[in-house]
Amino acid sequence: MLRKLSVLAAVAGLLTAGLAGQALASGHPLPAKNLAWSFEGPFGKFDQAQMQRGYKVYREVCSACHAMSLVSFRNLGDKGAPFYNEKYPNSNDNPWVKAIAKDYEVADIDNETGDVIKRPATAADRFPSPFANEAAARASNGGALPPDMSLLAKARTAGPDYIYSILTGYATPPAGLRVEPPSHYNQYMAGDLTSYWSGDHKHVPPGGFIAMAPPLKAGQVTFDDGTPSTVEQQAKDVSAFLMWAAEPKLEERKQTGFAVLIYLLLFAGLLYASYRKVWKNESH
Amino acid sequence: MSGHSTYEPKTGFERWLDARLPIVRLGYDSFVDYPTPRNLNYWWTFGGILSLCLASQLITGIILVMHYTPSADHAFASVEHIMRDVNYGWLIRYMHANGASMFFIAVYIHMLRGLYYGSYKAPREVLWLLGCVIYLLMMATAFMGYVLPWGQMSFHGAVVITNLFGALPLVGESITTWLWGGFAVDNPTLNRFFSLHYLLPFMIAGVVILHIWALHVVGQNNPTGVEPKSKSDTLPFTPYATVKDGFAMSVFMILFAFFVFFMPNALGHADNYIPANPLVTPSHIVPEWYFLPFYAILRAVPDKLMGVLAMFGAIACLFALPWLDTSKVRSMRYRPTAKIHFFIFLVACCVLGVCGAKLPDDPVIPGLTTFQLMASDLNSYVWLSRAASLYYFAFFLVILPVLGLTEKTLPVPDSIASPALSHPAAAPAEATAAPEMKG
Repeated sequence: MLRKLSVLAAVAGLLTAGLAGQALASGHPLPAKNLAWSFEGPFGKFDQAQMQRGYKVYREVCSACHAMSLVSFRNLGDKGAPFYNEKYPNSNDNPWVKAIAKDYEVADIDNETGDVIKRPATAADRFPSPFANEAAARASNGGALPPDMSLLAKARTAGPDYIYSILTGYATPPAGLRVEPPSHYNQYMAGDLTSYWSGDHKHVPPGGFIAMAPPLKAGQVTFDDGTPSTVEQQAKDVSAFLMWAAEPKLEERKQTGFAVLIYLLLFAGLLYASYRKVWKNESH
Repeated sequence: MSGHSTYEPKTGFERWLDARLPIVRLGYDSFVDYPTPRNLNYWWTFGGILSLCLASQLITGIILVMHYTPSADHAFASVEHIMRDVNYGWLIRYMHANGASMFFIAVYIHMLRGLYYGSYKAPREVLWLLGCVIYLLMMATAFMGYVLPWGQMSFHGAVVITNLFGALPLVGESITTWLWGGFAVDNPTLNRFFSLHYLLPFMIAGVVILHIWALHVVGQNNPTGVEPKSKSDTLPFTPYATVKDGFAMSVFMILFAFFVFFMPNALGHADNYIPANPLVTPSHIVPEWYFLPFYAILRAVPDKLMGVLAMFGAIACLFALPWLDTSKVRSMRYRPTAKIHFFIFLVACCVLGVCGAKLPDDPVIPGLTTFQLMASDLNSYVWLSRAASLYYFAFFLVILPVLGLTEKTLPVPDSIASPALSHPAAAPAEATAAPEMKG
């Protein structure tokens, strides 16, 4: 028995070593930085001030190229959202939401003439995309397609940690790495740099090429709450905002889950007591 | 086993109905009076848990269909509409997506329990075969369901799996085109997968009824593998099995809830939150975890057709199991050597699962280069999966047939109730009347 267990342990050990070793092998991107987020853990909640700062970063920087087509303006005023206010349970009435929407122009059809027109957005509209179509987006970005940000925090392994790592992961390319414009070297980007590397083949630098130029600069966005506007702060706040955009029901989910677990634990306890009582006088 | 019915209609209406459609009698005989061996352990509660899974998948699935749009242009957005705009849509969808994984956890435990205790041996061969049919239908349903959100992994997973049929000689290409409804995975494929994904669960429900019918004809197996001989060996299904199953179900629901509410995307793949794009292939296409062992067997064979045959052969082994195992003793409790092989088999399946998730040529032990064999380094996941696949097939095709004839088994008890049971009955209530209550 003991021998069997030790064999099992050895197999498990080998497998773990394999998993751990892979991340460190040369040529792979660095593992995403692990940050502490307010929305982590079973009682996690979004930090509203952080999301509002994050929204500002999105509005002033990201939205120039990145669409967020699955999110409506009204979502910004929903429970657990960046601009939720308990005075406005219907987010369409929320004055911040209305003001944000009015800032955008969306395409529409004039009911009288049938002409294509532009009108200020309302709370019910979705965020308009910066480019008319994929070809236009690629044409403006050196052939690369800026991904839609609605789900970005769920569509990448490590989610917000990954987004933060990319935003802060631009580094001076090591000597021996040929970077061809418009590419930029990023330590957290997936990719294979082997054919661009003239140094030692056993030590290909980690990371890959990304078409996006470093988007954030210190002081670029002025935070209304006086938070110092460093690149790290901007990256962290916009990552938190994008987590909300990808999973707007996160708070509701975790709160419901806590109540459900308490209920199920009581229910299971009750059933266990019944089981003991029913089987008390029966051998089994 | 079912024997003669002891149902007695109590009210006038029940008597009236019983003479016309004895449906209450059927329910009573099947779920109240039905004799169950008294020594069933918790591994026997997974049948009930599986019916809970099926019911949950059916209910959440039917609600999802009310909001889902089966179209290559709108499927992805409609799933996000469910997640964002439908009341409790996130809950329904996460229950359905994680429910599939829970269903497979339960079915694998249920199958391994049958394997360990010899529940497939005479007279339960048909019961086992029906179970294998359910498993096959579950795999088809799960695969097609995964395609419906029309994300990157949905699309490219569908491409990889449907292309497997292209490996068949002569008819392969025609079959693939027929499955696709065109010359590539596209809108027609999505539509037929949606149609079948809605149909198959009801077929599963139908086969489940047959499975339970067969069970009630031959009776349940039990950990000793000895058939019940007298009334003292069994207990009525209600309340004894119902309360035990109920407790196990509630514990299983805690696990289920933990995934749904606190890590709903842990079992999925991030790439499936990217809309399907035929022009961009994900760097690493992997199926859902419950298919990984079969995926590893597929990739272990260098030839595509042979790989496909090996993968289907791995499932075919399950169907042939009742006739592959030659042992006269049912339960592996009394088969010491078979028991060891059972656990090695379990490890082999897990190893195959890990291999299925890895790139075939990645080294198992990092940094170690041994020597090339069949175009791959010996220290690679493809070679590990070859070794594990070999054991998988050897277990069914060599070990079980030979071991049944050569193994020296332990003495099997005469009946369920006669030997020392693990939990003897409590003494009469008066004798020890709850000492802990007297204090």
